[in-house]
Amino acid sequence: MTNKAIPKKSVSVAIVGSGGAGSITAGSILLEAAGKTGWYGMMNRSVGPQIRGGEAAALVRLANHPVECTAEKYDLLIAIDWKNADRFAAEMPLKTEGLIIADPTSGPIPELISSSGATVAEIPIKELAKEIPGGRENMIAAGLAAGFIGLSVDDLMSVIGTKLANKGQAAIDASRACVEAGIAQSRNYDFRFEIGEADLRHKGRWLITGNEAIGLGAIRGGVRFAAAYPITPATEVLEWLSPSLTEVGGALVQAEDELSSINMAIGASFGGQPSITATSGPGLSLMMESLGLAAASEVPIVVVDVMRVGPSTGIATKSEQSDLNIAVYGFHGDAPHVVVAPLTVADCLYTGQWAAHLAEAMQVPTIVLSDQALGQSRVLMKRPANLSFFAKRKTWERTSEEPYLRYALTADGISPMAIPGTTGGQYTADGLTHSLRGHPSTRRSDQQDQMDKRHRKVADFDYGVHWGEITGEGETVILTWGSITGPAREAIRSLKAEGIKVKLVAMRLIAPFPKEALDQSLKGAKRVLVVEQSHSGQFRNYLRANTEIPGEIRHFHRPGPHNIGAGEIAAQIRDWK
Amino acid sequence: MNAPTKNKFSARDFTSDLTPVWCPGCGDFHVLMSTTKALAELGTPPEDIAVISGIGCSSRIPAYTDCYGFHGVHGRSLALATGLKVASPGLTVLAMSGDGDGFSIGGNHFIHACRRNIDITYIVMDNRVYGMTKGQPSPTTEPDWDSALSPGGTGLSPFHPLVIALASGANFVARSFSGDIKNTTKIIVEAVKHPGFSFVQILSPCVTFRPDEKDWKNTVHPASVEETDDPARAARRIMTDDGMNTGILYRGNRAPYKPQVTGKGVETIELERQFEI
Ligand SMILES: Cc1ncc(C[n+]2csc(CCOP(=O)(O)OP(=O)(O)O)c2C)c(N)n1
Ligand code: SF4
Repeated sequence: MTNKAIPKKSVSVAIVGSGGAGSITAGSILLEAAGKTGWYGMMNRSVGPQIRGGEAAALVRLANHPVECTAEKYDLLIAIDWKNADRFAAEMPLKTEGLIIADPTSGPIPELISSSGATVAEIPIKELAKEIPGGRENMIAAGLAAGFIGLSVDDLMSVIGTKLANKGQAAIDASRACVEAGIAQSRNYDFRFEIGEADLRHKGRWLITGNEAIGLGAIRGGVRFAAAYPITPATEVLEWLSPSLTEVGGALVQAEDELSSINMAIGASFGGQPSITATSGPGLSLMMESLGLAAASEVPIVVVDVMRVGPSTGIATKSEQSDLNIAVYGFHGDAPHVVVAPLTVADCLYTGQWAAHLAEAMQVPTIVLSDQALGQSRVLMKRPANLSFFAKRKTWERTSEEPYLRYALTADGISPMAIPGTTGGQYTADGLTHSLRGHPSTRRSDQQDQMDKRHRKVADFDYGVHWGEITGEGETVILTWGSITGPAREAIRSLKAEGIKVKLVAMRLIAPFPKEALDQSLKGAKRVLVVEQSHSGQFRNYLRANTEIPGEIRHFHRPGPHNIGAGEIAAQIRDWK
Repeated sequence: MNAPTKNKFSARDFTSDLTPVWCPGCGDFHVLMSTTKALAELGTPPEDIAVISGIGCSSRIPAYTDCYGFHGVHGRSLALATGLKVASPGLTVLAMSGDGDGFSIGGNHFIHACRRNIDITYIVMDNRVYGMTKGQPSPTTEPDWDSALSPGGTGLSPFHPLVIALASGANFVARSFSGDIKNTTKIIVEAVKHPGFSFVQILSPCVTFRPDEKDWKNTVHPASVEETDDPARAARRIMTDDGMNTGILYRGNRAPYKPQVTGKGVETIELERQFEI
């Protein structure tokens, strides 16, 4: 263990195979074993359109520093078989100095892969597996990868023991033997892809997906009720919340549709329980009318939108940042509300917890714009710190004989809310324009006062330093939001190594627009590169509507499904002459 | 929650000082009276009751009670009520709305609320018309009822809400007439008391857009048969009746929905262990 700076290094591996070949399991074992040793990493899965079966690839990146995005180019590709692999070959371009491991009995290597110029090693994966009673090809693949990367054998064996515990000792032994056979095979080659020294100063890793992290953040923030309607890629938020809420004494109800789930969450919150639902674009569209009800009736609620490629059903399994418009502008009427966006997988926890806090503190609907790239990635992260964001609603208790005014005009716009069961606090929450007491009203003054109040509570709230993250410094700025933050951060790191200083400004608070803080962060900027994953440039247009960006502006954007990578962002800066 | 005490309350304790927007003679006035009378009889204090509605003339009712209320969006009263009841099981929760709200735009929620069988009471003030939007046919309107939107009638046969409720799994099914305050009160009391999802259809005339319904007081009649716990039998009777017979038509014994709550109430730190490696 040393204290001197350890050079940052990472290795990327793709394990491909047809569905059922177990490439995802192999990837998970590598990831977890690396975490045990003290490395960091990230795994994404790429799956075809088939519900079950079809092709599947585990895309694993291991590093000696926290990683916030997947690799753009791969060092090692291991093919258990090539069935349908050409369909996603484009997603895993290989480095020229990389290595392809193929079973000679699997047929020719797809052109898109062999054209990379990477070296090919023919290893009889199937045969090696057959030689071991109960042996499986994916475990041979895991062993090969472990061997070429130099993962700790002890950590691999221990992970196999716990991961396959429910399959029995025979399966564990067979898997261990396969991994050993794979490692032994790797010794026949000179290739080595080393991650470098593990940073053992901060051991104790968490292995978590963005979807799980948002759920955990919400529970940490005080959420105790969820209503659910499944939709890719948000379902895992709900599936994680279901048993977890039960554990902490809360509940999840499966609704008949999103019109129902949003209203169940609003109903539960009206009853005093901090509430959440999670969905993706199509579901968010269905929820819009009721989100307006939450805004008008001032019922706090968190809605997580794990964005996918749109419009319509789009591409359910791929990422895009194209729900910014609906999240910000989708309400009819003027409906002040909050929109926040996690920046990385680890940040899903932070932002999820912050969202619960914001919703409850302001009694306001809060939309969390995550996306598939964050939600379905699994990362090895440092054990997170405890945060002080808690759901603290300003509630009402009787202190005088004055009648209770639910929508009283207060300086900060936030009015004490009586929770059903509270004596003397009876009122009717209403989406109709209402008086201070909540009675329906068509008076001009009531509309003006209540609109002012609802605007005030969101506009004047102190969002502190949480509005965004600023990394690095310089007159050249990358301005982005949400999941582009990871690749953008990596881009500025590699540019720095080349002597190019770039500052990254990543917005976590989308609405209300954090104008002052953003303007401050862009002060003195000479060149601003706006980056986003949207065809029309929703973020760019949103910025333009709300502030003047200083200096020269460029815009790098495209729709999904191909995620914007660090190398592409860095190239945009390098090419800016 | 305060323990219910019998006869401590009068209907006035459950009535707010707000003047209803309803047309003079609207059946919904009577539904409000029956509801507040029933609540007084049930003896649960007003702060432990929530009345949840959608949108429509009938859905204005929560603010006319002195309970907690939620006047939501069109068609979603049952979803609001379900979330509230799960999160706050100690409350008495009534969802109240119209036939357009409950059977048309909210039709899917109606089916699934019956199926879920959560312990709430759903009261539909059925006037066989969209009152608030000034006279369009609803799912319970007769096929030949003439209107500007559907001249000459829709030609569609009316929906049978009580049969749908039975087929979907509601645990208590009754029909009443708003003008019969005594029996409506009695039915609401029974509906609230019965565990699970109770559905009460109250025929409540729209005197403005369906003046013909003023005659309902002459055409309704008590059901000539005893209530049953056999849903098939109840459904057969309802399918073949004239739509005007009143009373409790089905009282089942399905266990009400309870969300899976282990009640362990562990600290979140324990949840975090699963992510440690
Ligand atoms: C989403 C939406 N669509 C349409 C309306 C307009 N609207 C208001 S009330 C109503 C029908 C109400 O009919 P019903 O539920 O039978 O109640 P009634 O007024 O007859 O008591 C409609 C269509 C609305 N408020 N919201
Ligand atoms: S329009 Fe019909 S339903 Fe609406 S208040 Fe008047 S009478 Fe009642």
